[in-house]
Amino acid sequence: MRRLSLTLPAMLLAAPVAAADLNVTVQIPQLNVAEYHRPYTAVWVEREDHSVAAQLAVWYAQKESKEGAGTKWLPELRQWWRRGGRDLQMPVDGVSGATRPAGDQKLSFHEGKAPLTTLAPGKYELVVEAARETGGREVVRVPFTWPAAAPQQLAAQGSTELGAVKVDLAP
Amino acid sequence: MIKHSLKWGALAMALALPFTAQAHKMWMVPSATNVSGNDPWVTVDAAVSNDLFYPDHMPVQLDRVVVTTPDGQTAKPDNALTGQYRSVFDVHLTQPGTYKIAAVNGGLFANYEVDGQKKRWRGDAAELAKAIPANAKNVEVSESINRVETFVTNGKPSDGALKPSGKGLELVPVTRFTDLASGEAATFQLLLDGKPASNLKVMAIAGETRYRNAPEEIDVTTDKDGKFSLTWPHAGMYWVNASTQDNKSSIKQAKQRRLSYAATLEVLPQ
Repeated sequence: MRRLSLTLPAMLLAAPVAAADLNVTVQIPQLNVAEYHRPYTAVWVEREDHSVAAQLAVWYAQKESKEGAGTKWLPELRQWWRRGGRDLQMPVDGVSGATRPAGDQKLSFHEGKAPLTTLAPGKYELVVEAARETGGREVVRVPFTWPAAAPQQLAAQGSTELGAVKVDLAP
Repeated sequence: MIKHSLKWGALAMALALPFTAQAHKMWMVPSATNVSGNDPWVTVDAAVSNDLFYPDHMPVQLDRVVVTTPDGQTAKPDNALTGQYRSVFDVHLTQPGTYKIAAVNGGLFANYEVDGQKKRWRGDAAELAKAIPANAKNVEVSESINRVETFVTNGKPSDGALKPSGKGLELVPVTRFTDLASGEAATFQLLLDGKPASNLKVMAIAGETRYRNAPEEIDVTTDKDGKFSLTWPHAGMYWVNASTQDNKSSIKQAKQRRLSYAATLEVLPQ
């Protein structure tokens, strides 16, 4: 008993030092539409005041054009754009990339390793926004507390442009 | 020709009388308020009408339109044309930041009598002295300053184009003009000659008035600092308007000054 009461605070102190993992699965739904384009998608971590704590991913059309490849349409990711997307100079190493096909897109982030910087302990939201050419737009938010005391599986469900968004936290 | 000048005269009168409910609304609507990419452009409709934003009355005169670029310089619109009901022009956003697109109408109006006959005149200060005959009686001169604006941001917003001129009614952002979202409150400051315009009524009306049966005006009043807040009930283009009058004309013959301001602001969904 005495031993346990000594080790527990020691473990709590050690927790923020041991970098935690944030694993995200973004489900891009299969849509039965005449004209399909893969959605522009952004994944980021938002603080309670909606400021951006980490830009994790942005997928957009990479094809070169006079108008500036797919960057012309990035403001269609409206929340992402005004929350901080417009502050980035595309492309961003380790963050930006090509649009992804329908299916489960798995992303792994390690605290302290770009693009997931060290997050101060507190409440956050993992935000996923998708906008599709000739299609719709949707934002899905998964609230979480950082760091997690124990492994934790969180999820939220999109209804149109996004399927399930899963967040796995590992302390 | 006569008909044409009468039409412009009617507009002048309408703009000079901001308190009459029948006054037509002057507006400019950009095709987008947030743009990005290597070569962004927007196209802008500019017209005068009762319903928002349907050009069905008369176009805005293009020589009134001034584009202020993010570095504070001015530019002319591209590809401009004036049709029966609207003017159209493009703005090529070659710099990052916020652009201001403004149409400023100003002028003098005079009512007077010659040999018992009532006369009206409209023109600018340089013409005033010779326009009114020496034997005119009951001369009443008023000045008007009417400003209509809209804003477009390429990439990250900036303030370089938004410095007030210090003349007439103007709007400066507390919330950025191109960062508006439905359900969120936005705060702006109204200035009169560069100083806070307190206790003035501000009205906001969403576009697409044709598809509803009431104007659904949102009315607010500026506080002592000239500030006011609007919470947008839904996404869309909004026309935000304020007007006032005073006796502070810089033209010594003008007893009265009439001022109005209108901005078209885009509110995006959450």
